[in-house]
Amino acid sequence: MNKPLTLFEKVWNSHLVTQEPGSPAVLYIDLHLLHEVTSPQAFTGLRQRGLKVRRPDKSFATVDHSIPTLDPSIPMTDKVAAKQIEQLETNCQEFGIRFTGMHSPQRGIVHVIGPELGLTQPGMTIVCGDSHTSTHGAFGALAFGIGTSEVEHVLATQCLLQRQPRTFEVRVEGTLQVGVTAKDIILALLAKIGVAGGTGHVFEYTGKAIKSLSMEERMTVCNMSIEGGARAGLIAPDDTTFEYLAGREFAPQGAQWEKMLNQWRTLPSGDGATYDESIVIDATELSPMITYGTNPGMGVSVTGSVPAPEDIADSSSRLAMQKSLDYMGLIPGEPLIGKPVDVVFIGSCTNSRITDLRQAATVFKGRSVPSSVRVLVVPGSQAIKRQAEAEGLDKIFKQAGAEWRESGCSMCIAMNGDQLDPGQVAVSTSNRNFEGRQGKGGRTFLASPLTAAAAAVTGKITDVRTLINH
Amino acid sequence: MNHYPPFTSRVVPLLVNDIDTDQIIPARFLKVTDKSGLGAYLFSDWRYNPDGSPKPDFVLNQPQYRSGAILLAGSNFGCGSSREHAAWALVGNGIRAVISTSFADIFKNNSLKNGILPIVVSAADHLLLSALVRDQSTVELTIDLQSQTIRLPGGTTIQFPIDGFSKTCLLEGTDELGYLLRFEEKIAEYEAGHR
Repeated sequence: MNKPLTLFEKVWNSHLVTQEPGSPAVLYIDLHLLHEVTSPQAFTGLRQRGLKVRRPDKSFATVDHSIPTLDPSIPMTDKVAAKQIEQLETNCQEFGIRFTGMHSPQRGIVHVIGPELGLTQPGMTIVCGDSHTSTHGAFGALAFGIGTSEVEHVLATQCLLQRQPRTFEVRVEGTLQVGVTAKDIILALLAKIGVAGGTGHVFEYTGKAIKSLSMEERMTVCNMSIEGGARAGLIAPDDTTFEYLAGREFAPQGAQWEKMLNQWRTLPSGDGATYDESIVIDATELSPMITYGTNPGMGVSVTGSVPAPEDIADSSSRLAMQKSLDYMGLIPGEPLIGKPVDVVFIGSCTNSRITDLRQAATVFKGRSVPSSVRVLVVPGSQAIKRQAEAEGLDKIFKQAGAEWRESGCSMCIAMNGDQLDPGQVAVSTSNRNFEGRQGKGGRTFLASPLTAAAAAVTGKITDVRTLINH
Repeated sequence: MNHYPPFTSRVVPLLVNDIDTDQIIPARFLKVTDKSGLGAYLFSDWRYNPDGSPKPDFVLNQPQYRSGAILLAGSNFGCGSSREHAAWALVGNGIRAVISTSFADIFKNNSLKNGILPIVVSAADHLLLSALVRDQSTVELTIDLQSQTIRLPGGTTIQFPIDGFSKTCLLEGTDELGYLLRFEEKIAEYEAGHR
């Protein structure tokens, strides 16, 4: 009898075009997402070689990284960014690629709109010149970030040269407690395995706690797989997945839907399938998490304190921790609760979906942001913005004193003018707390939308459970 | 013709673990539409003060390291963003090999496509090299891809692994896209079977 296959192995095997001995596999790509920052040089490469885009119908482009989140009718002041955006539009016109531009009602962060439009589907291979492509793994797709040379390869051949990664099961059992979210699951995983723990692997998230997450929450978990070094993170598709997808613009319809549904139901890992690595996390034990350092693996429970470098045996890790704390302006042993914050950012491909905004709004409702704190709420897409406004969430944010913006990557990557000043402390729902990530000299504490909202209305790092339990 | 012939160079020590691509080149420099000219932004926030003056303590600002084509870095080099600009910025500064105990996957792929050799050494060899450069900042190493060795002064060699395909690509200057394009028929066949 054949060995039962994992979800990853099934998707991988069904996309193998060919493989020469000693060479990487030629892997077929079903969906190629593009954005303004990592694609221009790839199109230039095509022109230099006189090549066409092999499958423009399998490519989809949008602008998200450097676009302003203020009124889109105001012309962009950043001329370099504006030129890059124009270039993408020109490239898409020339090569026949679907493009949602600045004024499209479908515009949004690439990893938000792919699923939202039904482009992202179970069993697909999906790539984008962006490391957070792992997000789409929430649908049981093999989705990973690539460099610009590889963007050119996919444009020209619809294929990539890939070495088969190893598999890593992240089993999350138990039940999340009140105030604890999908973001806390992934931050807890990263705190356990570190930022290189998944290098060379793809994660598959399994277990009861994962099964009970909504699609939006699953996307939050898969999104940050790359922060653990894994290029991809997958979750087996189930009824939650199919319900989310049904009726979306690019999802299969009618008889085709039924046919695909039957295929998708065969994707989950077989009973007894084995993984190269595994870890088990008990969701019941988790509390709200927050990072204190300069990589996403440096996280603790919000009720915890800043670790002491001298407790670390390995000298290079000890130095790294000391360097981080110096940058963050933190003292070993100091509690995180009570730390004053200057800025709160709610947004990014990790946490800008409607359920994230609804959660944050429950904390903002009836409270106000201290005048010393700047709060940016940036929806992940224009569709989410409209939905939130229909539900009155924008009014809750604005009445509390937060800024309500147009969609985009915004302060997660700080390319569009939304950024921290040197030394400013931010609690952010984004994915990276690297030095300078949200603005040169800025200090980022990563957390869930609930924890970020709690910081916004109290002006300091707060255990959100003290605000929602009474 | 050998496209990656052996070379001898000084070593730039940047012994920090988990150097992410946001440090290698900050995002605000990614608004360009070509690959050239990014060398000026390599490690920008570690290398320059806010007023643009060089920070004298940073290795790349120290005269003895300026000509170094070998970067010696801490573990998990190149983690984070997929930006190939990181590789272009290193190339723009004349870096041709990075030595570490481990690399992030996307960076490793990007570097190989730009003629940068990611060399993985054991923790013990990494310690040895770090001590060597600390004690003698002008020490030169010879990188020989053909024999997969780092040669130290005095003749000691450190062997390093690399997969056969990447090695051949670097040595023969094989272009991966050119390689992929040869499979046109197979790709068309795959597409025909997956409508």
